[in-house]
Amino acid sequence: MSRHRDIRNLDYQDVLNDYDADDYEDEYDLSPEDAAKLKQATAEVRAALGTEVSKVTDKQIEDEVWDNFYDVDKSVTKLVSKYIAPASRAPKSTPQKVSTAGKKTAGPTTKKKASSSLDDVANDVKELKIDNTPLPKSKNIDVLSAYAATIKKKTASFVVIGHVDAGKSTMMGRLLLDLGVVDQRTVEKLRKEAEIMGKKSFALAWLLDKEGNERARGVTIDIATNRFETETTNFTILDAPGHRDFIPNMIAGASQADFAILVVDASTNAFESGLRGQTKEHAWLIRSMGVSRVIVAVNKLDTVNWSQERFDEIMHQISGLLSTAQFHAKNITYVPVSGLHGDNMVHKSKDAAASWYTGRTLLEELENSEPLNRALTKPLRMTVSEVYRTRQSPVTVSGRIDSGFLQMGDALMVQPGAEKCYVKSLLVNEEPADWAVAGQNAVLHLSHINPNYLGPGHIICDPAKPISCVDTFTVKVLAFISLVPQGVDVHRGRLFASGTIVSFTAILDKVTGAVKKKKPQSVDVGEIVTVKIRLKRKEPLERGQRVVLRWEGKTLAAGILV
Amino acid sequence: MRFVSKKQTIRAIDAEAGVALLPTDPEDMWHANNLIAIDDVIRAPAVRKVTQTSSTGSTISERVHTDLTIKVKSTSFDPAASTLQVLGTVIVENSFVAVGQHHTLDLELDRPFTIWKSFGWDSVALQQLQEALNGDNEDAVVAVVMQDGLANICLISEFRTVVKQRVEVVIPKKRSTAKEMASGMTSFYEKTLAELLNAVDFTNPRTLLLAGPGFYAQDFRTFMQSEGARREDKRLQRVAREAVVVHASTGEVNSLNQVLKSPQVQATMLDKRFARETVLMDKIEAMVRANNGRAWYGASPVEKAVQEGAVGKGGGILLVNNAFFRSLDIPTRKRYVALVDKVKQDGGEAKILSSDHASGKRLDCLGGIAAILTYPMHDLDDDDDDEGGDDNGEMGAGFEF
Repeated sequence: MSRHRDIRNLDYQDVLNDYDADDYEDEYDLSPEDAAKLKQATAEVRAALGTEVSKVTDKQIEDEVWDNFYDVDKSVTKLVSKYIAPASRAPKSTPQKVSTAGKKTAGPTTKKKASSSLDDVANDVKELKIDNTPLPKSKNIDVLSAYAATIKKKTASFVVIGHVDAGKSTMMGRLLLDLGVVDQRTVEKLRKEAEIMGKKSFALAWLLDKEGNERARGVTIDIATNRFETETTNFTILDAPGHRDFIPNMIAGASQADFAILVVDASTNAFESGLRGQTKEHAWLIRSMGVSRVIVAVNKLDTVNWSQERFDEIMHQISGLLSTAQFHAKNITYVPVSGLHGDNMVHKSKDAAASWYTGRTLLEELENSEPLNRALTKPLRMTVSEVYRTRQSPVTVSGRIDSGFLQMGDALMVQPGAEKCYVKSLLVNEEPADWAVAGQNAVLHLSHINPNYLGPGHIICDPAKPISCVDTFTVKVLAFISLVPQGVDVHRGRLFASGTIVSFTAILDKVTGAVKKKKPQSVDVGEIVTVKIRLKRKEPLERGQRVVLRWEGKTLAAGILV
Repeated sequence: MRFVSKKQTIRAIDAEAGVALLPTDPEDMWHANNLIAIDDVIRAPAVRKVTQTSSTGSTISERVHTDLTIKVKSTSFDPAASTLQVLGTVIVENSFVAVGQHHTLDLELDRPFTIWKSFGWDSVALQQLQEALNGDNEDAVVAVVMQDGLANICLISEFRTVVKQRVEVVIPKKRSTAKEMASGMTSFYEKTLAELLNAVDFTNPRTLLLAGPGFYAQDFRTFMQSEGARREDKRLQRVAREAVVVHASTGEVNSLNQVLKSPQVQATMLDKRFARETVLMDKIEAMVRANNGRAWYGASPVEKAVQEGAVGKGGGILLVNNAFFRSLDIPTRKRYVALVDKVKQDGGEAKILSSDHASGKRLDCLGGIAAILTYPMHDLDDDDDDEGGDDNGEMGAGFEF
């Protein structure tokens, strides 16, 4: 019993005061760990402050970080309120809150003990918990003109598609290595690791395939996003999985892309099996998702000794396939490459056998591709591809802005659910930014929202012009295989919803769009048809969006909401 | 389900005296739900709160056990718990209730109930009764369909598929470190396994199907094995060892179609009704796709085809969902019963599918009724074209990408 009582009688305040006052005050005796932490946190604060960093000194940042026990978030808030925006507004609001709240608690005490009321109030105020996360402040930037002023470089994203084992990830790994985005040492390290697992040739692919399962099995499972920069363009690579089971992930990647690299394996038999496999499905998919420009990288041509005959044969077959998928010939280019060795990727091939190819390298072709028009003036739509925790916010989302723009401090709405949230800060291309516009991949640090309300496939939109949530809708689609009323999985970017085909409204003429047959019982391959679909629950969908209908691992159809 | 009287047979049903049935298995509740139609009369033991007012005006209310006879107004069936409630008005007065009062009967296991069909026992009702009586209480097959972060634990019995539990876990995506992703997957497997052991009793050996895209199902099985070894749980080890891994393209329940079609399942479970029905649905969908006039779906074209005698000897098959019979009013029901009888008379096959199976759900998409014809017929859906001027005038020209 006595021990219990001791603990009960402990004066926490005293204990705390003791700690604060004496033990840890000596600043000059920083332990090496502390010093390292301090350094790291300071760097992070600097990054979080972005352009504002010039308004504070290093000493001020360090002090603030020390006072807040390396909490980057708090330090940033404090720094902003103390030095950067010591605007009259901030102090105004805080005392108001305190005084009104203070009165409430002070009321009864004054009656009891008039003399010591002042101290009481002071103590009460101390104990008061004030929500010290104010709404993020907007800088009220005119985003569109700011964007117009800063366009120095194009930004473009491209998706890398093709049959499983065509060498998509390896090729992108090589591209990153040759451009100096990653250094030779990292690759050597991966090569050693790969060698242990008996997969030496996978080292370059492992630059993108980071997950244990992907490495162990040698296939890409989820899209990998990487960035590189050339003199004219900021590129985003979306490396898609080729395996048929992971096509939903490929769809998510393709929905963010401006153009595509179709990788085909030129080695004997591999090309043919790829043609029967995912090459065709991928090509049809990206076309129906709005990608019109495609660069065909004829890979592994070194294994057939850079045979021009083989290249021509493949070119012939692929052009047939792409034209049935309604690609225009002028939007297709072919480059013979070796993803593993880097021939014709960034540099021209030095192999004498490949000297017959005089065209552009893959990189030059990429730079030569125009990104799609950005829907800057349309209402904001951002598809969430992932939700995770970071130091800056427990609710951090990444995704691509499909249309419109946003800036720091904006109040936004999440659909489905119509939950409101605020943008605390944001990153564009992994660097702090004040705003982001359509076409950019952004990372938003949100506040005032529970992470449970957000998930992949949700849409962040403008609360004034929100996207609607529907469970019944009509799509105009191109049938990839013959259709009957049946179950369907609807894919739109990361969104994945299951439902059923209720009925076919009409089969349309391919050229004129006139109704050929109303209410057909079934639909043949290649027909264009309007389909009524009912989902199990409401999802954010609106007119003009592109969706893919799949069922049991097969793509049924793809088209546009009407 | 069995007859209460040992002397009762299905052939000697006396519509006047009613049929006394004893449900013995949770599955029987599902059969009872199919059997009981609106306006039928049910007598079953009931618990009713009776309020009596004494001469002084004070009230006493008590619960009494009594047999009640009601005329059915509606039924409600909870598939997960297998409980059936029948709502209706009392038609036989006793000392506690008056005629016309409402009562909701809870049909319970091992308590007999008696049923009078309001319009006699038609062929469909008799077939349903036959199925209910046949119910050999074979253990249901357990299936887990899963992808990354989503798993559905299902029980597939002879007549229905029940989703016991849905597991959803957010797994960190690729930007995170490999370690975070791996721990995310492990916690997902842990949760799925816990839910599986919670939802399903593995005391007696039973078939466990694991299905999913890629290698998730295989990984889960490996996880079960290592968990079994770690916990020194012999039963779990045995379950994991005997589990069948099948490919499915997603973790949604509808992937069960693919699972039931897979060669592994077909080989071992061909005799099961759900496997046969899946094959049949595949056949009919393929024929509708072929669009050669040999297969039709939807009430009106099928009815026309049957009337013409096109669903008869030599491969004619009529498929109807049982939910179709449950929801119809008496005259419409009679019409469809007549269709079934006509097909049988013509020498064709009439199958009543369970709408609580994946195959029945597919038939639902086709309007709940479909038929394979013995000879092709065209333009059965012609008159449909006229109804409603339709709103596709402004469809826009062409299909621009």
